[in-house]
Amino acid sequence: MGRFLLVTIQVDMHDQLALALQEDLTSRIVKDGARGVLIDISSLEIVDSFIGRMLGTIASMSRMLDAETVLVGMQPAVAITMVELGLALPGVRTALDVDKGMEMLRSRIGPDGEMTGHDPDP
Amino acid sequence: MILTREVAELKRPEDVVRVRQVARALALQAGFGLVDQTKIVTAVSELGRNALIHGGGGTATLEVIEEGIRRGLRIVFRDEGPGIADVERALQDGYTTSGGLGIGLGGARRLMNEFEISSSPGKGTTVTIARWK
Repeated sequence: MGRFLLVTIQVDMHDQLALALQEDLTSRIVKDGARGVLIDISSLEIVDSFIGRMLGTIASMSRMLDAETVLVGMQPAVAITMVELGLALPGVRTALDVDKGMEMLRSRIGPDGEMTGHDPDP
Repeated sequence: MILTREVAELKRPEDVVRVRQVARALALQAGFGLVDQTKIVTAVSELGRNALIHGGGGTATLEVIEEGIRRGLRIVFRDEGPGIADVERALQDGYTTSGGLGIGLGGARRLMNEFEISSSPGKGTTVTIARWK
């Protein structure tokens, strides 16, 4: 059975909040037995080195917990800036939007994934 | 000529968010497009965090400036922290003393048109960045 978690980041997070999300998400992966995690960053206006590192860490931690992470909805200006900043996010899968991210997870994990919502707001 | 000036404190993690918001508003006011705004706000985020974490807090002074026909945004980060012993090394990608990625300083320099850093051990660090339209 594969369940998918959808995380939508909707606030301009300060660093402690980003760390809280990391912890929150990993415990939810275990609690829900999630096999896939979609992180929707379409509302994020920037991804700096701290947020970038957090996203990479979430992907690594998820992998340890037998879940795949797909980052979806990155704005073009954010992508341009990240490359110039020197943030490559190795090991993090991306998709253009939530639907394509779901497709990617289904093709990797199987079609029985069920979406569960998760609001990172404290 | 300085058209607008805002001074923001950097004492708590939330202050970095606030400085990002001020930078976004002033970049918009200066007439920067979305990609340039994003580059400026990202550089501001990196340097604001540095002033907070490595400098023990400080200030950011943000100015919309005009020189002849060109308009730009200049931001000065000041802290009175321990300073940076080896600035050249600190600018190298991958060098970190905080367990981070070590790309903040060099990355901020790549994102801006102008980048100046002055630091002396025991006296703090001042980083000045500017981007022109």
